[in-house]
Amino acid sequence: MSNVINLKTGLAEMLKGGVIMDVVTADQAKIAEDAGAVAVMALERVPSEIRAAGGVARMSPPELVAQIMESVSIPVMAKCRIGHFAEAQVLEAIGVDYIDESEVLTPADEDYHIEKHAFKVPFVCGAKNLGEALRRIGEGAALMRTKGEPGTGNIVEAVRHLRALNQAMRRVQLLDDAELMTEAKNLGAPYELVKMIKKDGKLPVPNFAAGGIATPADAALCMQLGAETVFVGSGIFKSENPAKFAKAIVKATAHYNDPKMVLEASKGLGMAMSGIEISKIEEPMRMANRGW
Amino acid sequence: MPRKPIVGVLALQGCVDRHKPHIEAAGGTFRAVKTAADFDAADAFILPGGESTTMLKLIEVFGLWDALARNFAAKPVWGICAGSILMAQTVYVDGSKTQQQKSFGLMPFTVVRNGYGRQLDSHTAMIDGYEVSFIRAPVFESAAHDVNVKAMHEGRAAWISKGLYMASAFHPELTMVYPSPMHREFLALCAQ
Repeated sequence: MSNVINLKTGLAEMLKGGVIMDVVTADQAKIAEDAGAVAVMALERVPSEIRAAGGVARMSPPELVAQIMESVSIPVMAKCRIGHFAEAQVLEAIGVDYIDESEVLTPADEDYHIEKHAFKVPFVCGAKNLGEALRRIGEGAALMRTKGEPGTGNIVEAVRHLRALNQAMRRVQLLDDAELMTEAKNLGAPYELVKMIKKDGKLPVPNFAAGGIATPADAALCMQLGAETVFVGSGIFKSENPAKFAKAIVKATAHYNDPKMVLEASKGLGMAMSGIEISKIEEPMRMANRGW
Repeated sequence: MPRKPIVGVLALQGCVDRHKPHIEAAGGTFRAVKTAADFDAADAFILPGGESTTMLKLIEVFGLWDALARNFAAKPVWGICAGSILMAQTVYVDGSKTQQQKSFGLMPFTVVRNGYGRQLDSHTAMIDGYEVSFIRAPVFESAAHDVNVKAMHEGRAAWISKGLYMASAFHPELTMVYPSPMHREFLALCAQ
């Protein structure tokens, strides 16, 4: 057996300590790259627009993804619907660097996720808790992220998911070996992966934050709660000054542990995106509930 | 007994922590460095894998260029993948060679970013009997005659050195057999 952690997770290792930005045009992709993004997520609409538009949200048109790939030298990710392995096959054929099997799009399968081991391109998936994260890793996800509540500019759900994950991992570490099988049953997670959590105290793949990050302090909060990189969706290009916000969030993420640096990064930005109180979103409209 | 050399891994962005077990197994002390004071306290540097554009941007916005250049002039430096791009004399953004990127120019070699391709072209290979990873890796296209080629891959130099400096297009740090031959070699360079 190879001693190398797999190449899919290897790319995620290279993205650590960075900011991955949602972009909808080649121009936005350039702004993101110039601001210091480690990767971009190529989308037709950012989550807040998807939320506002309603209807069925699908994979972005291939021309758009290809244009964005041509316009920047950093890795390009793209989203497919949960369970929509044919969209994933198309994205792999385009040659994207990472696929996000994402709850932001309308799910294509209400029982099953994509069998991700079957692909050469790596996948990132969202999770609200440890069981969900380990199920996705069991299916072959090479990178995890919190779901948060996308398109809200409200960090509360991402914080909830990071804390839930951390608490569940600490709990597993306190268990006796004999208790791990029942814990795996209760979590709905593969037993072998639960054993790994007990041994290492962390997920076997990198863990990033996503969903509701709108300010430099939001990014610092997620990083201090254990996220290793942040995804910023609507937070940049729905703010008053996207280029400034993008640079500021990159700076704050690099020095998330230094309040003076986060303060510097937070000055003179103008208005952040307008946010949504989670309780104002009806239960069926919450994207974080998608995924099984 | 002399104290263990402190190897500072530039931690502005990228794959930092994976170096810790390798550095320790090779007889060094690992330290993540991101400020001028951190740099001055380190005996040697690893410029890790990650995104070279992001690292350059952060070096600029935090005003770290001069502090790094001053430290690099006097201490061993090993650049890996994105880190090697920061060390090269000449950096082309892609194979079309129409656009160049700023770098510290520590070693006389030319690099083409992502020269081995995108993520779907990422692969592993055996170098010096050790499995290493090429991830969206740069190609070392040419080097001056006094640059020592320590390993070839697909007909091109992939691990090179000159004086206090070393560069590799590949990642040995993702392999969990400690230390890698490259980390051992770098720590030997630090001991000189």
